[in-house]
Amino acid sequence: MGKVIVITGHYGAGKTNFSINLALALALEQPQARITVCDLDIVNPYFRTADHAELFERHGIKLITPLFANTSLDIPALGFDMAGEAAQSDLLILDVGGDEQGAIALGRYADVLGGAQGLEMLYVVNRCRKLTESPQEALELMYEIEQAARLKHTGVVNNSNLGALTDEETLLRSVQYAEDICREAGLPLRYTAVRSELFDALANKLPCPLKCEVYVKPVWE
Amino acid sequence: MAENTKSGEKYLMKGNEALAEAAIRAGCKCFFGYPITPQTELAAYMAKQMPKRGGVFLQAESELAAVNMLLGAASSGVRAMTSSSSPGISLKSEGISYMAGSDLPAVIINVQRGGPGLGSIQPSQSDYFQATHAMGHGDFNILVFAPNSVQEMADLAALAFDKADEYRIPAMILADGLLGQMMEPVSFHEIEPAHTDKSGWAANGHKNKRAHHIINSLYLDAPTLEKIVRERYERYAIIESREQRSESYMCEDAEILVVGYGAAARVAKSAVAQARAEGIKAGLFRPITLYPFPKDALREAAAGAKVLLDTELSMGQMIEDVKLAINCSKPVEFYGRTGGVVPTPGEILEKLRELNGGI
Repeated sequence: MGKVIVITGHYGAGKTNFSINLALALALEQPQARITVCDLDIVNPYFRTADHAELFERHGIKLITPLFANTSLDIPALGFDMAGEAAQSDLLILDVGGDEQGAIALGRYADVLGGAQGLEMLYVVNRCRKLTESPQEALELMYEIEQAARLKHTGVVNNSNLGALTDEETLLRSVQYAEDICREAGLPLRYTAVRSELFDALANKLPCPLKCEVYVKPVWE
Repeated sequence: MAENTKSGEKYLMKGNEALAEAAIRAGCKCFFGYPITPQTELAAYMAKQMPKRGGVFLQAESELAAVNMLLGAASSGVRAMTSSSSPGISLKSEGISYMAGSDLPAVIINVQRGGPGLGSIQPSQSDYFQATHAMGHGDFNILVFAPNSVQEMADLAALAFDKADEYRIPAMILADGLLGQMMEPVSFHEIEPAHTDKSGWAANGHKNKRAHHIINSLYLDAPTLEKIVRERYERYAIIESREQRSESYMCEDAEILVVGYGAAARVAKSAVAQARAEGIKAGLFRPITLYPFPKDALREAAAGAKVLLDTELSMGQMIEDVKLAINCSKPVEFYGRTGGVVPTPGEILEKLRELNGGI
């Protein structure tokens, strides 16, 4: 079984956009690796990984989605052979649905994933996201997700952004927030997601920067 | 927590959540809901926040129950709200008619999805006719507001409560799944909710100090009912003269005037900007109130146009009001997608190029 990275967080924290960027970055880094992205979101039919099938295909990344994803029959049916997918991939990235409700689907595969060597479970946070704007709120939800998923997080991703209004200040002000969460949770910060247009100015001012494009957006942008 | 929502501070929120937060800040004390995609985050937000902030959240056993609870709460004079998506709104239509017939202010949210029937769970604007022309049986109107951003979801929710109270009329926010689900920065302004004196009609306990207040929509004597309906229509005339709201974008010298509301207007705005870059003189007129329809401003915006292009996430419903507003004095073309499909700006741009060639 290859490496497995599980991405969780509040709905609207930016899990899907981060998952896409992480998959593309790792595909670029390891061109020979067999990378699979799994859309495990059974909570919300909007703005999901399954919307980006073409992008993944272009980069040689395999995408697996719930049965009936993005159809009128968008029902919470999961037909994944997770052990098989993990065995056939060098890297499997799971984009989990929002909140603890979304993580229930992950719990379904806890026994398979729990045994994976090098399982990473990353908790995505956004300081500007209403409902997780304090480290306490973000931590409460993190533990609820762990309970539903029956798995423990291994790291934190700071994806603080204010949509189109994201600027240097937005990210610089989020550093302390992410540090507080990491310290309280006893987890390392794994990435700070930095929009590509801000990357050059901020890369050396932020811990663990990952250059990110905005893929998840409405059609008019 | 949210009770500490700082005024003026920008947050990233879903449209559904912004509606809920704005309603609480506008003094909404009762929320009655029933889950349905794509509006569920609104009810979920209310479930978490209302008990902490002096309000009541109740998940009813059905949409019918929820709308009648809304009628009951509104009767007592408190600010109350319900929300649903298209199929659920159809179920609520009976109660909305009863509220209109009882002159009750309340706010109803419709985060539209594709129809008819159970339809799809993707965004749509195919409930325009229902909201503006037939929100239930009988002669009546309700106020209909059409936000096109997460910020406007918040602003118009607050306004809807004020205007509902002012005119003693139900008010609807007609959103769609895209606006409900998308995340955008939003800030909440410190506006004191308008205080309307409801002591003349609210059924909130007479304490043996005044006559009973009766909330009712049943009048067995036909001339009495006619008189009451006519009085209500006098109020609608005032609403139509005072409450039309709209926004114009690059309309001054526009030869092709695009008309669209809500999410369709966001798509259209991108298309208009792209068309301008190509030298096509296009403009966008966006109704913000759908009832009253902003016909005066539309007539003005259309004055210099050679052709109008109505665009909707439907088979074409608002187009009838557009034609009426300009008295069919100019050709009104249509471009829409339906069933939950959202057009790209490129599709609208293609239509603008085609129309430009024909001018």
